Amino acid sequence: MTVNVTLLAVMGVLFATGIYLLLERSLTRVLLGIVLIGNGANLLILATGGIPGLAPLYVAGTPAGDYSDPLPQALILTAIVITFAVTALMLAIIYRSWVIARRDEVVDDVEDRRVAAQPSFDPEEDTEIPLETTEFDPTELPSAADDAGTPAGEAGAGGQR
Amino acid sequence: MSAPLAAVSFAPLAVALPLLGAALAFVLRRHTGAQRVVSISTLVLTLALETWMLVGAWRHGAQAVLLGGWAPPWGISMVVDEFSSLMLVVSTCVSLAVLLYATGQGMADGDEDGPISVFHPTYLILVAGVSNAFLAGDLFNLYVGFEILLTASYVLLTLGGTTARIRAAVTYVVVSVVSSVLFLLAIGMIYGATGTVNLADLALKLGEVNPGTQVVLHLMLFVAFGIKAAVFPLSFWLPDSYPTAPAPVTAVFAGLLTKVGVYAMVRTETLLFPGDRINGLLMVVALLTMLVGILGAIAQADIKRMLSFTLTSHIGFMVFGLAVGNVVGLAAAVYYVVHHIIVQTSLFLVTGLVERRGGTSNVDRLGSLARLSPVLAVLFFLPAMNLAGIPPFSGFLGKLGLIQGGVELGTPLGWVLVGGSVATSLLTLLAVARVWNRAFWRKAEDAENPDPLLLVTAADGSPITTYRSVADSDSRFSGRGDTALLPRGMVGPTAGLVALGVALTVFAGPLFQLTEQAARQMLDRTPYIEAVFGAEATYEPGSLK
Repeated sequence: MTVNVTLLAVMGVLFATGIYLLLERSLTRVLLGIVLIGNGANLLILATGGIPGLAPLYVAGTPAGDYSDPLPQALILTAIVITFAVTALMLAIIYRSWVIARRDEVVDDVEDRRVAAQPSFDPEEDTEIPLETTEFDPTELPSAADDAGTPAGEAGAGGQR
Repeated sequence: MSAPLAAVSFAPLAVALPLLGAALAFVLRRHTGAQRVVSISTLVLTLALETWMLVGAWRHGAQAVLLGGWAPPWGISMVVDEFSSLMLVVSTCVSLAVLLYATGQGMADGDEDGPISVFHPTYLILVAGVSNAFLAGDLFNLYVGFEILLTASYVLLTLGGTTARIRAAVTYVVVSVVSSVLFLLAIGMIYGATGTVNLADLALKLGEVNPGTQVVLHLMLFVAFGIKAAVFPLSFWLPDSYPTAPAPVTAVFAGLLTKVGVYAMVRTETLLFPGDRINGLLMVVALLTMLVGILGAIAQADIKRMLSFTLTSHIGFMVFGLAVGNVVGLAAAVYYVVHHIIVQTSLFLVTGLVERRGGTSNVDRLGSLARLSPVLAVLFFLPAMNLAGIPPFSGFLGKLGLIQGGVELGTPLGWVLVGGSVATSLLTLLAVARVWNRAFWRKAEDAENPDPLLLVTAADGSPITTYRSVADSDSRFSGRGDTALLPRGMVGPTAGLVALGVALTVFAGPLFQLTEQAARQMLDRTPYIEAVFGAEATYEPGSLK
């Protein structure tokens, strides 16, 4: 299989700049990055078709090897349409983000930040449970009633006396 | 000849019907009632057709339909085997339940004249994309299926275009596009290496490619599907983007989208790249996915976020079954996928109900729900215990099968995975028990900052309707208007899905038979290839090895 070096070089540049832009925080640049990477992928599929030949329209008497491979072209056509739709949608999202927040940036997830910053101590689960957890009034318990002087907090100990 | 072919020859309708329904629903966008009838009846019809296909696949094994009569590998083929038809039936069941739930919600809130009439058509397109991905007999059609469902999901995720949803959508869209481009690159390279994109043809030809190239192609596909399936280092996007969407949308995303990724992964691992070349990697990835996901779940206060983390965590179980690579493990993985689709979706639907009843999905602000609404408590409790894998439920059966597979494998890494999966189950139980204790069991007054809705609607037997006039900026209910907190149209579909999850236990015997048959056929590979090329195929059987 022969390789078209120009195509390869262009592909390399598209991917490199595309990935660079994708790593930016500005949404417009991210979108541009997506467009470039998408086109790089299309070129790669085109390159798999091998050396270009005749247009793949059937002409009687032409040997099959003279035609270009039509399948990669069909694949690219589909991929272009899909990239087009996604680009349009991304633009709409970016515009919406601009209308709402006047910001063209990837925004932090607030809840995520909150969870990350919370202490490992959870007041409801990790507080030490008091020894006596009965909901009845300790002074009304038969054993505690005899010993009227026992403070409420020491009811458990009082019962054992 | 014509009798066994009957069901499978209608397979393209599983994609075409929802698409036609979507077109019709879009035309009827000004007539909400007609739109609802169209979309629900479309899904019912599709479900009936797919059930028929499942019966056909169970009886006759894998079958293929060649679109337009073009011979493989040139034409587009759709393959119906046990795995794909089972996934189709389950996914459409779940989609139908969620659609009914969303319709019930729409009717209860009276958004007849709201701007989201685009929901029904988009939803049907999503279903069509999922069906197309399950049926695809070649890599490019699989890519198209993915793109259909992803594009529909972008629209569903941004419904309403609020700040939170736009923020979530940016991450989601960019990550999805990157994974799609990776998939497309992999397809291009595979075509360059073999000259075909037909899965059955690739199964024959990929083995002849030089091993180094094979590894590259294999890993590229794995990474592309790994992002879609939310496998550990590639799962960061999911808990970030899912929880902000409306409850039914999150539910259907959680149930279906990642599972399509898992399906694609299982299909390519078994059909295109047999052998255990990357099984070690898969096992490590499965272990990390399970543990990291569930540790994230424990830290969350919001039920939806907690569930999103358990979702990524349990993807690890499916990868575990795939990595084990024997019939027991793979059968259990297929069963687990079915179980997880149903259970995870019902949990998200219940969370939607919790949010309506309690005004929030933050467990720190919830309480006394078990007293206020026992039905809701039961609806949460069953799938939650199911997810954690408490014995009578299907989660337990699936995990048991996976552990059997791991033990049968017997390698040290296999044993580590068995231990990891047990630990993950326990931690899942901890995570759901925490939600149960706080949101359902304790008194609302004990919460630090209870939602006002919980305090004003005391359970004195009065009908659970309220005015949406509870003044609190954090509560979902603001403004005025009569609304039912737990409308029958929403509770009914949720209860149906919970019941389906319980039915997975009741019918576990036949279902395991089916998944085992599916696993055998997938590991054998010949049924799939013969289905596409015909039994009197022109290929040499020797090239299979």
